[in-house]
Amino acid sequence: MNLTLQVWRQNGPNDKGRMEEHKLSGISPDQSFLEMMDVLNEQLVESGKEPVAFDHDCREGICGACSMFINGEAHGPGRGITTCQLHMRSFNDGDTIYIEPWRSAAFPVIKDLMTDRSSFDRIIQAGGFVSVNTSGNTLDANAIPIPKEDADKAFDAATCIGCGACVATCKNGSAMLFTSAKVSQLSLLPQGKVEASDRVLNMVKQMDLEGFGNCTNTGACEVECPKGISLENIARMNREYLVAAVTD
Amino acid sequence: MKLDAKIPEGPLADKWTIHKNNIRLVNPANKRLIDVIVIGTGLAGGSAAASLAEMGYNVKAFCFQDSPRRAHSIAAQGGINAAKNYQNDGDSVYRLFYDTIKGGDYRSREANVYRLAEVSANIIDQCVAQGVPFAREYGGLLDNRSFGGVQVSRTFYAKGQTGQQLLLGAYSAMSRQIAKGKVAMYSRHEMLDVVIVDGKARGIIARDLVSGEIERHSAHAVVLASGGYGNVFFLSTNAMGSNVTAAWKAHKKGAAFANPCYTQIHPTCIPVSGDNQSKLTLMSESLRNDGRIWVPADADDAKAVREGSLKPTDIPEDRRDYYLERRYPSFGNLVPRDVASRAAKERCDAGYGVNQTGEAVFLDFSDAIMRYGSTEAHVRGMHNPSDDEVRKLGKEIVAAKYGNLFQMYEKITDDNPYETPMKIYPAVHYTMGGVWCDYNLMTTVPGLYATGEANFSDHGANRLGASALMQGLADGYFVLPYTIGEFLADDIRTGPISTDSPEFDEAEKNVQGQIDRLVNNNGTKTVDHFHKRLGKIMWNECGMARNKEGLEQAIKDIQALRDEFYAEVRIPGSAEGLNPELEKALRVADFLELGELMCHDALDREESAGGHFREEYQTEEGEALRRDDEFAYVSAWEYSGNPSEPNLHKEELVFENVELKTRSYK
Repeated sequence: MNLTLQVWRQNGPNDKGRMEEHKLSGISPDQSFLEMMDVLNEQLVESGKEPVAFDHDCREGICGACSMFINGEAHGPGRGITTCQLHMRSFNDGDTIYIEPWRSAAFPVIKDLMTDRSSFDRIIQAGGFVSVNTSGNTLDANAIPIPKEDADKAFDAATCIGCGACVATCKNGSAMLFTSAKVSQLSLLPQGKVEASDRVLNMVKQMDLEGFGNCTNTGACEVECPKGISLENIARMNREYLVAAVTD
Repeated sequence: MKLDAKIPEGPLADKWTIHKNNIRLVNPANKRLIDVIVIGTGLAGGSAAASLAEMGYNVKAFCFQDSPRRAHSIAAQGGINAAKNYQNDGDSVYRLFYDTIKGGDYRSREANVYRLAEVSANIIDQCVAQGVPFAREYGGLLDNRSFGGVQVSRTFYAKGQTGQQLLLGAYSAMSRQIAKGKVAMYSRHEMLDVVIVDGKARGIIARDLVSGEIERHSAHAVVLASGGYGNVFFLSTNAMGSNVTAAWKAHKKGAAFANPCYTQIHPTCIPVSGDNQSKLTLMSESLRNDGRIWVPADADDAKAVREGSLKPTDIPEDRRDYYLERRYPSFGNLVPRDVASRAAKERCDAGYGVNQTGEAVFLDFSDAIMRYGSTEAHVRGMHNPSDDEVRKLGKEIVAAKYGNLFQMYEKITDDNPYETPMKIYPAVHYTMGGVWCDYNLMTTVPGLYATGEANFSDHGANRLGASALMQGLADGYFVLPYTIGEFLADDIRTGPISTDSPEFDEAEKNVQGQIDRLVNNNGTKTVDHFHKRLGKIMWNECGMARNKEGLEQAIKDIQALRDEFYAEVRIPGSAEGLNPELEKALRVADFLELGELMCHDALDREESAGGHFREEYQTEEGEALRRDDEFAYVSAWEYSGNPSEPNLHKEELVFENVELKTRSYK
């Protein structure tokens, strides 16, 4: 395949940034999108130029590191995938592809396509855990039975990989889907219920402090989420928040 | 160098209890005066950082990823073993111990493995308390499944994302300590050297990967939880950033490196498709429960399949070779990972491979689809259903069992496995070798510890499924927090370690020197160019099968490649600021030395153990020949100052509780 890439280049958070055009040829449809980026970078290095910086690691859709806006979509065309799971057969020979970083004030650009998503970590640090001592002197795991339905729902929420596609694709830059996934996971389980109201208040407060926008229920986050995290979680978090705020 | 494993006295089942009762304690007020550095934030590092901080130590945790939540442990799929005996199927600590020793082909330490089995049950309790959503049965109790040729159901799982859920549990425990200020988290940082003061590990030199700044960090002890080195092969199932650098720098500062040639090969991966491939993707081993593995029996058919002129579905039953069922009738397609891997390679080497590169075999679900379909037809009371009806019902059942895996396969290969057999091939998965450590997990450098995949201790020659997660969390939550006290008890009056010392000066100067050398090297070739060439040498000569001649040649080739790397590599950009090419170059420089050590180790081991097949040592039937009389030892290599002249030390393995038996899967 022959392709024209329009890639966002930005030297650092204070640089203005610009699109840069690159031509690629001989790309196989079986290559992943990131492998196509590898080919581009090899070419750049061989000609003495700096490669395009982008985040990636596991390349099997689970670490949540890769983060590219491709032709105006988080993780590119296709649903339920990360960029590393996108293959070049999703494109046509001769295509021009626009590649940009996640766009959100709460995810400042570090370089090129790489952004700083540490705001997500700080939301978790505000309460996305169960306050249990790591001593191993806990109850037997089967001492508290958990209805299968609750465990399955908690699992579905827990599959969030923290990639940030929800934020990047939201017109308000809201982190509601991410935050609500963790709130839901822990409040659905008896172990997490005890401190559920403090958790939701603290996590939402931190989310606001980080500069994430509000949720206006457009649902774009759910559509772009590679793990299919459901909007139900946002509804659950809103309920939890309301109850917690009233009783606080 | 003296290797003292410090295995406690007493009967096997009591060793850990006796040891715990004798380890010196550090009182809570004194723990606040002690700093510990943890390198890596996967299952081993994340759980260690959380636990040590919980106990009161001041922890500094480092990872190269942008967030500790992205450590590669997150990618583990299958499950975690624990001797809970919830299923009442006769499981026990002893059985888990025995299976692990046997699965490691009797090349691991009895005492360590027993302890692993012993604390395994606590891991599940701890994770459930943290809110890890394990699979449950309708009654609300935890569900188990059986895994990798084991006769009991002891594997706990969270769909195919067990690693993710366990890692997020450790990450959340660590996040809680970060919020309390007990863990200082350094993301996007890479450890580039360990600093040794008065013979003890007292700090590290790290590079801030965003600013490019070289930093000094001191502590009273350093814990390596930096994972495995499978990326020495370039293509592996490891994440792209997984590297050996932290462990290798520790090795060069005096930590023995043990059993480096032991790499686990996973039999069911999606095969290599082209030169630009960066990564191999695992297909869960559970597929072998229903898939049948075969290649064409006729070499001409295989050739026609490779060329695309013959479809696998057009090859009749009598022209197929179900080689695992043929060779291992009692275990069939469920033979252990090493046996399945080697058998696939044997068929492909003989010319029966089925993809363009000739390195793939079929994993076929058509029989399972028909079998499940006809059962389902019975259940639904359908009389004389047509083949199409049976097939349709069968596909639904198979989809319910393996749907997500089939979908993943189709996304990557663009082939529909419900219609045509999957193609699979073995790939590098996990490294059992690593930094040598004693029963306390301390390396040969006092104050320097190694945990999880970074150490060598629990897996011997061939890890089974679902053991790695167990070891990472066991070390981090329950072993290290006890054993580190033995060393730190001497440091309650030491006070903060200064970074303003000749040892730190020198370590920083060395790191800076290496960076400058690479950045100013005006070569013409990329880092990946060298990494791929190293990977080919390693896979061909030190992979699933090795021999003396090949290994000797590989050593020469790696030495030459290393010279060429330093003459020809090009790193654009500068040492300041973010420079991913420089990061890769620093890691590949270490792989180029480790690769040679792996070959030296494989050369020394004149036997076939686990998945490591020395061609000169095989039985008449072509099976692995272990030589217990001469090779029941851990090879621990000491760095001599020259990567080509490592010194071998041996830790003899003593088996008092299990009898060494030849494995047979016939």
